Amino acid sequence: MSARITLATAARVLRQLRRDPRTLALLLLVPILLVTLLDWVFAGRPEVFDRIGVPLVGIFPLVSMFLVSSIAMLRERTSGTLERLLTLPLAKLDLLLGYGLAFALVAVVQASLVTGVAVGLLGLDVGGSLLLVVLFAVGNAVLGMSLGLFASAFAASEFQAVQFMPALLLPQILLCGLIAPRDAMARGLELLSAALPMTYAFDALSRLSVGDEDAGRLLLDGGVLVGVTLAALGLGAATLRRRTA
Amino acid sequence: MSGITGPAVRTDRLRVERGGSTVLHDLDLAVPSGAITGLLGPSGCGKTTLLRAIVGVQVVAAGTVTVLGRPAGSPELRRHVAYVTQAPSVYGDLTVLENLRYFARIVDVGEEDVIRAVDQVGLADAAGRLAGRLSGGQRARVSLASALLGRPDLLVLDEPTVGLDPVLRQELWTTFHELADGGTTLLVSSHVMDEAARCDGLLLMRDGRLLAAGTPPELLGRTGADDIEGAFLSLVTPRREVLS
Repeated sequence: MSARITLATAARVLRQLRRDPRTLALLLLVPILLVTLLDWVFAGRPEVFDRIGVPLVGIFPLVSMFLVSSIAMLRERTSGTLERLLTLPLAKLDLLLGYGLAFALVAVVQASLVTGVAVGLLGLDVGGSLLLVVLFAVGNAVLGMSLGLFASAFAASEFQAVQFMPALLLPQILLCGLIAPRDAMARGLELLSAALPMTYAFDALSRLSVGDEDAGRLLLDGGVLVGVTLAALGLGAATLRRRTA
Repeated sequence: MSGITGPAVRTDRLRVERGGSTVLHDLDLAVPSGAITGLLGPSGCGKTTLLRAIVGVQVVAAGTVTVLGRPAGSPELRRHVAYVTQAPSVYGDLTVLENLRYFARIVDVGEEDVIRAVDQVGLADAAGRLAGRLSGGQRARVSLASALLGRPDLLVLDEPTVGLDPVLRQELWTTFHELADGGTTLLVSSHVMDEAARCDGLLLMRDGRLLAAGTPPELLGRTGADDIEGAFLSLVTPRREVLS
């Protein structure tokens, strides 16, 4: 692995994103529009907006990063540039970490903007530390990105790639505790939800929304998110084959 | 990888299978160092598969491929072997220079090599344009320039002159000869037989088998044909001359 190649890759990915202002605008604006819509939906019940607004601030970026990164890697595959890169002195992780770094930077902007708008303009009431909310939102976005990079290995076309989003993310949204409390679920579902990373993202953000800053619990949540992110990147690297049939 | 003597590439009973059928049938061949070897044969005869096996990106069923004294695909070879695929593999949303600078960072060469590579493929005027907006032939040259960045010892080119006008083709062949004169080994595939005369040595392929190998004069002498196309045809159908 080489810092030079990782950084060059991150700079290249950001340069490509800059050439596509519409994608960049969608990445940054869609989460803001969604959280604004959420505010209107619960206009008469601000306590509901406060309860689910904070977790959703972290989940919207996860979804959009998943999609963008899986398509980006798929393009790298179908354009032949991936094959070229793999014939060069580049470690597979250089490529994935390069993508990771570039999208993490976008995620910082995205998560800061959506949190800023939710709290500053929409009056979202965050009980806990705003910085921690942003941190978890960024972590979620990076998790979404790494899952997207991994999922793209199993997609042969854009049609397939976009469908991994509902296939992999919607069950997590249903089970993470957002729709129904986890302890009210059937035992099997509760156990399943404990194995899904979004559960920990939801847990951390919903605790922060009510000002519960139990350090041990937040560290556990954060640790799970970082661990799954690294595991997905590692698995993603393992799916990149220098030799193909 | 200096000090390599003997052929730059050698395959020994190389067999590649894909989807249950055999694409390359126990190929034995050698590519001499510091020369241009043309790999000729009709479309679908296995040229690209052979090139991929040499670069080390093809799953091989049996046999060995030795490149610059090492097994094909060895990590150490990635700095010494460059491969240009038939479809240009560059980033359409980056400019020519941005593409080359990125690949230059990976092979760890500087801006002077980027400028040299742009000049070698005659793209200086288009250096600031997005690769995706270029013509097919120009994009193919961006792909070629990317491969020239690290001054590879072995340059593997899959149909590099398809879709280029005669002037550009001439210029590229001049570049290829300059590279070979400088000690680079070139392996160039083509299905256009009239490019054969520009090569130092030829490998004629058909249906995943090697039909013949030798210099253009040798092949012409052996078959009594006037050109390589005629030589190819007489190798495929030995009785053709009698019939015509």
